[in-house]
Amino acid sequence: MSEAHVVLDGVTRVFARAAQEPLHALGPIDLTLKRGEFFAVVGPSGCGKSTLLDAIAGLSVVTDGVVRIDGQAVAGSVPPGVGVVFQDDASFPWLTVEDNIAFGLRRQGVDGAEVARRVADALSLMGLTDFARAYPAQLSGGMRQRVCIARTLVLQPRLILLDEPFGALDQQTRLLMGDELLNLWRKTGATILLITHALDEAAMLSDRVGVMSARPGRFLEIVETRWPRDRDSTIVSSPEFGAAASRLWTLLRAESLKAMQHQARAQTV
Amino acid sequence: MSALEAQRPRAPSWLAGRGFDTAVFAALVLLLWQGAHLWGGEVAMTTPLGTLLFTAKTLASAEFWPHAYATLSAFLIALVIAASSGILIGAVLGFHRLSGEVAEPVLVAIYSIPKVTLYPIILLFFGIGIAAEVAFGALHGIIPVILFTMNAVRNIKPVYIKSARVMRVSGWPLFRTVLLPATLPEVFTGLRVGFSLTLIGTLLSEMFGSKRGIGFVLMQAIGLHNMDVIMSLTFLLVAFAGSVNVLLLAIDHRLHRRA
Ligand SMILES: Nc1ncnc2c1ncn2[C@@H]1O[C@H](COP(=O)(O)OP(=O)(O)O)[C@@H](O)[C@H]1O
Ligand SMILES: [Mg+2]
Repeated sequence: MSEAHVVLDGVTRVFARAAQEPLHALGPIDLTLKRGEFFAVVGPSGCGKSTLLDAIAGLSVVTDGVVRIDGQAVAGSVPPGVGVVFQDDASFPWLTVEDNIAFGLRRQGVDGAEVARRVADALSLMGLTDFARAYPAQLSGGMRQRVCIARTLVLQPRLILLDEPFGALDQQTRLLMGDELLNLWRKTGATILLITHALDEAAMLSDRVGVMSARPGRFLEIVETRWPRDRDSTIVSSPEFGAAASRLWTLLRAESLKAMQHQARAQTV
Repeated sequence: MSALEAQRPRAPSWLAGRGFDTAVFAALVLLLWQGAHLWGGEVAMTTPLGTLLFTAKTLASAEFWPHAYATLSAFLIALVIAASSGILIGAVLGFHRLSGEVAEPVLVAIYSIPKVTLYPIILLFFGIGIAAEVAFGALHGIIPVILFTMNAVRNIKPVYIKSARVMRVSGWPLFRTVLLPATLPEVFTGLRVGFSLTLIGTLLSEMFGSKRGIGFVLMQAIGLHNMDVIMSLTFLLVAFAGSVNVLLLAIDHRLHRRA
């Protein structure tokens, strides 16, 4: 269980900008995700969380450092066995819900009966069975996000990266989706990296929570929660949960203030 | 969702449908037409019935079809050129941000000037004949196709491409399964606008620099003040362009409803 799955070694990302000084968005970051662990990342907005996700998924070329998945360096291309749920709505508006979910499977040449079986499972897991033939435009933002989650899960990734996937959901649904995610995590044994702005979500779901600084994002501290593996959302009422959440907030408060001041300054220039 | 729709009280389907609106509109046009005839007399405007009768006679005549054929073939060639090169140029300008930014104001300028001002140049280049007609038609149609395609490509959400990459889709499959469907609604709108403008361009070209085609016959009739011919040809053109446009609009709406 404690074997390394993803290793980040000095990962840094600097964006070149036209007619402006380069923007140092991230790093340097050293981090090891253990195989099968549930790791959450919290940090003020604009601190480089999505940039970190792109680097791990091989969707961008890092300025410095290296990302290794299963010991293999990720170099600007997506390694197999990685699934990503993006912050922006990525459902394809020209496909029905079921065709969206089947998209990756079909492209990989999985046979029709198997596609149908896995899509049906994913639809019922995400509560979308009644909307199988609807188009994304007919769904709410939260439901579209569930379509994207389902589209990722049917591919049975070993490493799942989620970028604020429950942002569009109300609090109750968010807690329930969190439980579903925990179930799935236990069932599949996948490694999960969850980016979130909700401290309670991070504290409730994960084994460890990485707290990031304001830009350029670095890990200030990694908080261990020590929850049992078969936890669920009922732990939000336990005193340990309160302690973990308040620890996160203490760490984040100063950074969030800094990020707000950054933004205020950016707006006045 | 569908349950809610079912509960909402509805007008009878013949009243609610687009068919009803179209029928009302057609009736109004006929009424105004008849009114214009009564007010201006036979010299200014023939009656709807008279026009219909004359149109039937025109369709039955042997002289009409070579002209119709000439117009149709010039128009179709122009349309194919406008559509294919418009999509190609638009896609290049959309993907290559810098050239797109340079070209856009130029294209908008060309789009807004009356193309008739360019007609002498076209004639100089191609001489009188089908080549000039095709060129003038395509010149009208190509600009909206370029502009709409360029914007369609620019507006592809980057997260679609990222998602495809994570699902290990790239190259031709990426084009066919993501880029193409993502841009189709906007490109189609461009083609729809391009259709109408190409037709106008072809007819204008026939009116001012040709010895054949519907545009030429129309121009002759105007010279002779032959109201019957003018009205029936106009009627045929409106009927053709109108019905194709209704069809294209229906497809357009269908495509955009999903986007
Ligand atoms: N392609 C880019 N070019 C320039 N700056 C970028 C680019 N992508 C992100 N940034 C900047 O990098 C910083 C981090 O962005 P991001 O990773 O999206 O933050 P987060 O997800 O934590 O809110 C932000 O200041 C953002 O404006
Ligand atoms: Mg983000």
